[in-house]
Amino acid sequence: MQATDLQLLRAMIAQHKRYDILFGLVGLLATMVGVVTLLVLFIDLVLDGYPRLTYDFFTSFPSRRAEEAGILSAWVGTVLVMLVTAVAAIPLGVGAAIYLEEYAPKNWMTDLIEINVTNLAGVPSIVYGLLALGLFVYILDFGQSILTAGLTLALLILPVIIVATRESLRSIPVAIREAAYALGATRWQMVSDHLLRYSMGGILTGIIIGMARAIGETAPIITIGALTFIAFLPPVPFTIDPSTDLPAGPFDWLFSPFTVLPIQMFNWVSRPQAAFLENAAATGIVIIVATLAMNGLAIWLRYRIRKHIKW
Amino acid sequence: MNTPAHRLTENKLRKAKEKVIEGILFLAAFSAVATTLAIVAILLYEASAFFEHVSLVEFLTHTQWTPLFERAEYGILPLVAGTLVTAGVALAVAVPIGVIVAIYLSEFAPHHVRETVKPFLEMLEGVPTVVYGYFALLFVTPILQIFMPDLPGFNMLGPGIVIGIMIIPYVSSVSEDAMRAVPMSLREGSYAMGATRFQTAVKVVFPAAISGVLAAFILGISRAVGETMVVAVAAGQQPNFTWDPREPAATITAYIVQVALGDLPHGSIGYQSIFAAGLVLVLMTLVFNILGHMLRRKFREAY
Repeated sequence: MQATDLQLLRAMIAQHKRYDILFGLVGLLATMVGVVTLLVLFIDLVLDGYPRLTYDFFTSFPSRRAEEAGILSAWVGTVLVMLVTAVAAIPLGVGAAIYLEEYAPKNWMTDLIEINVTNLAGVPSIVYGLLALGLFVYILDFGQSILTAGLTLALLILPVIIVATRESLRSIPVAIREAAYALGATRWQMVSDHLLRYSMGGILTGIIIGMARAIGETAPIITIGALTFIAFLPPVPFTIDPSTDLPAGPFDWLFSPFTVLPIQMFNWVSRPQAAFLENAAATGIVIIVATLAMNGLAIWLRYRIRKHIKW
Repeated sequence: MNTPAHRLTENKLRKAKEKVIEGILFLAAFSAVATTLAIVAILLYEASAFFEHVSLVEFLTHTQWTPLFERAEYGILPLVAGTLVTAGVALAVAVPIGVIVAIYLSEFAPHHVRETVKPFLEMLEGVPTVVYGYFALLFVTPILQIFMPDLPGFNMLGPGIVIGIMIIPYVSSVSEDAMRAVPMSLREGSYAMGATRFQTAVKVVFPAAISGVLAAFILGISRAVGETMVVAVAAGQQPNFTWDPREPAATITAYIVQVALGDLPHGSIGYQSIFAAGLVLVLMTLVFNILGHMLRRKFREAY
């Protein structure tokens, strides 16, 4: 009687232990779903698009003939748009974070700003496109230009930069602030000479992640009406435009029509011919390598900071 | 030597400079509020022009959405249905997998596994959505067609599954946060009663973290609803009032993309219609976001 009880108990314990192992395996498998998808996606792209990744692909304009088409205007467009985004988003985002973390009094205005930052992070990206279409394109009359696209993406990644900068500022101990004040520093001197320096790594991580996101964003830029077929480059400052014989102004490129890599890819994906799909895959490789490299850099940077800075 | 008076004037300058800097920083922070206000203002302004032509009743009850046709019909329901179906498919994928991943990472995984896996999950979030669209159209749908030969090339199932995989990291990280917030003493109590890891995870930690897990679902819906490029590429862009994920359909976001590609004149009703559609999208995501954040705050306060 007692012996069978003990056996039953042992069997039950063994059973439960098996569940433990089983779930450990299931959990590992579920976690692998993501990693495997990432790998399959990358391999699929490489198999489809690798043959197209030649030197000519980077130096040719899009074309009706798939074999001659390239991504010159698209990558130049992406680089210029990112330049505008960085110039607009970095000071705005870091400034906002410094205010919220170091200056903001505890009042309703600060609460309002906090709520808005949280909410903006959850707004679908295409809505930023609608905002830009109404505000930048028509009310401010920037047109469907590099400037409009850069500012749109800057607004989109603002919450990312703000959150990263705040986290980085928050991890600096109060003692550093007190030490600066004790030497007679003003608040801004304390922020610019001490806090910004110590939090540089964290801020940089946020900026890189934000920019990586901006490179891949397609929907808001399509919404502002970016063209999908561009066979020229924005005017280089001070070069002579053959049609008017006038030199281009230093900022004319800001108002130039443009296309970017994800839009070029979208354009090619939407075509039925297999040859264009290969071009799309090749463009996809370029985008994914750029974003993953940036994300990887950010993750590595964060890891390094966590390891090296100990207060 | 500085006289005290001299120091005093310098101080004034210093103070003024500080004030100016604080003002500039405040303006930077205020840009978040300004952006929200601008979004609301633009959407309401253009949508109100749209609703001068179209009655709200027609907008909300008609089952045809053809603003670009000769006989234009303005019923948003087909777009809302398409949006909800793709989001539903995405959740059916993301929720079970995301929760299992969260339980695994928070309760089972050894430290080094967690540290290696999490960056990969973050990478998954970093992949541009247009690339996922390509993947859905040219990889996932063909595979599905092996099992479902009748499946059309454009459908909501493929993109739904891909969006689901895309939001797994988001669902799992919010759920994991909630599970980690469960105090150790609860787990220790459970172990002291002789419970195994699996029993503790499922019967103690999961129920204790339930509001956080729900928050993850809801924030996940909000993500899926706002997703654009995957559906624009792989679901077809034809509004289609159906609840069957195997059919092609347009979502709200796909419609906006379709119109934007077709260069409509500023001020036309087609142009205004994308703002009306955008307003619906914002209201949907706003409701989900508010609900999600309320639930999320709840689990933070519980202990």
